[in-house]
Amino acid sequence: MAERFTKSMARNIYLGGSTFFVLLFLVLTFDTQSRAMPERDNRDQLTEQVVRGKHVWENNNCVGCHSLMGEGAYFAPELANVFDRRGGADSEVFKAYMNAWMNAMPTNVPGRRQMPQFNLTDQEIEDLASFLEWTSKIDDNGWPPNIEG
Amino acid sequence: MKYESQRVAMPYFIFALILFAGQIVFGLILGLQYVVGDFLFPEIPFNVARMVHTNLLIVWLLFGFMGATYYLVPEEAQTELYSPLLAWILFWVFAAAGTLTILGYLFVDYATLADITMNKLLPTMGREFLEQPTITKIGIALVVVGFLFNILMTALKGRKTVVNIVLITGLIGLAVLWLFSFYNPSNLTTDKYFWWFVVHLWVEGVWELIMGAILAYVLIKITGVDREVIEKWLYVIIAMALITGIIGTGHHFFWIGPPEYWLWLGSVFSALEPLPFFMMVLFAFTMINRRKRNHPNKAATLWAMGTAVMAFLGAGVWGFLHTLAPVNYYTHGSQITAAHGHMAFYGAYVMIVLTIISYAMPIMRGRPYGNSNTAQIVEMWGFWLMTISMVFITLFLTGAGILQIWLQRIPESGEALSFMATQDNIALFYWMRLVAGSFFMAGLVVYFGSFLIKGQASPAEEVRGPATQDS
Repeated sequence: MAERFTKSMARNIYLGGSTFFVLLFLVLTFDTQSRAMPERDNRDQLTEQVVRGKHVWENNNCVGCHSLMGEGAYFAPELANVFDRRGGADSEVFKAYMNAWMNAMPTNVPGRRQMPQFNLTDQEIEDLASFLEWTSKIDDNGWPPNIEG
Repeated sequence: MKYESQRVAMPYFIFALILFAGQIVFGLILGLQYVVGDFLFPEIPFNVARMVHTNLLIVWLLFGFMGATYYLVPEEAQTELYSPLLAWILFWVFAAAGTLTILGYLFVDYATLADITMNKLLPTMGREFLEQPTITKIGIALVVVGFLFNILMTALKGRKTVVNIVLITGLIGLAVLWLFSFYNPSNLTTDKYFWWFVVHLWVEGVWELIMGAILAYVLIKITGVDREVIEKWLYVIIAMALITGIIGTGHHFFWIGPPEYWLWLGSVFSALEPLPFFMMVLFAFTMINRRKRNHPNKAATLWAMGTAVMAFLGAGVWGFLHTLAPVNYYTHGSQITAAHGHMAFYGAYVMIVLTIISYAMPIMRGRPYGNSNTAQIVEMWGFWLMTISMVFITLFLTGAGILQIWLQRIPESGEALSFMATQDNIALFYWMRLVAGSFFMAGLVVYFGSFLIKGQASPAEEVRGPATQDS
């Protein structure tokens, strides 16, 4: 680098630049969280049951195989839209589907990827279904491109 | 080695390498489970193996960063470490906590683990990369606080160099951002948003400061180039890293709820994120070209160049490939993400830790000019085997990803293949990835083998110009 560009100039760019962008990031975070998200994440439907369902999701490390809104592992299907894909966007149908599915695991088909049996209670399965239903209704800019996730 | 207390880095490096081996073993298990779905089921289900694979990576990189810090901060500050005893105590605490957590993953059902560690009191588990029981998370925070105290007390009583300041800034950032791992709101979108404050702002933020500082330190040592020049480069690199990387977080906010302006902000700023990595390539090669001496530790020089190049390819190029929102709409959460993740972590963080290990371990073992030529050649074989294997792992995963997107994402609903049907169609790529992974393991064995070769390099180094005073 040219001699005219000194170390203290470089340091000032670092300090000034990073301070500015940290502050900008905080402002944007404030705007996203306080203004935008309440209109996008259907939080008025965030019931106790949905919260319990999130804990079922977490306590069984579902994200270790599945993705949720595209984040997680890529070993098993995306689940943010499974309510639409397998439940036909109908709460009762989806709950029945989830109950049947969770109880049928593992399939034990030789050589196929296996989902463990998590021994969830009927209540826990219903909570989990509520959580996935709520998740499916978040405004996520139209992702995924199609129903397969 | 100028200060006796630098030697406390040794257990950190050794333990880091042991965990690295564990990470690769579990990587191979996962690779096999991708094609033989019921392999080790139900003993080690995929989610458990993946948790072990990724958590081992995080923990061994932290051990590596800590070892690097204990090694270089005293030398830069020109003083002994404030408390080697504290460093040893924290080593055993962290090693024990890390080992117990991994054993917990392997031998206790995850829901039971959440139960017995009282996750209910402060639920933080079950989120990607942050699967550790809350008590482990608290343990990590305490170890890092003790570590930072030790390092700050050392740095403050000695010479303040830019390398030390940047490294410590990065480490403080690491500690502060870790606190977001304790924030797990019941609203999934808020949870995800702040989850990235740990994950993205670590690897595309403060970790780049740590990487830059370690690279700068090694370059000062092996090239003898004037510190002023190297420090100027370091400032420019970390300035670019933070200017692009902080708002670049937005590339994770495209499809998890936040508003549309992030599509623009995330695309524009993350498209610039390759810049600091490109600067690192220029930095490493320019400094080595302008070297004032030929350091006899050729292996360390190779790692230093390698980490810059591979970080640029993995984090920079492979990141850019899928970072623009219209592209990411199709690639998000596909095997493209996995391809990028593998090469970026290997290139930037695995290789920078192996760089400082390559430079510092021989010195700590009483070989100030580096290992014997034979040992260095074996180490370089390890370098090439692992690095080329990682290139192929990345290429095969990219192939799998492109095909996955073609079959599963691009067609309309009704015509697109389901996730599982797509997986069957791309199995060949997974098999090839597994083969490349086996070569990586072989490379790791060769690399470990290089530590067993005795002898040291000759001290006769060719001086190309006046070496600087402090190098």
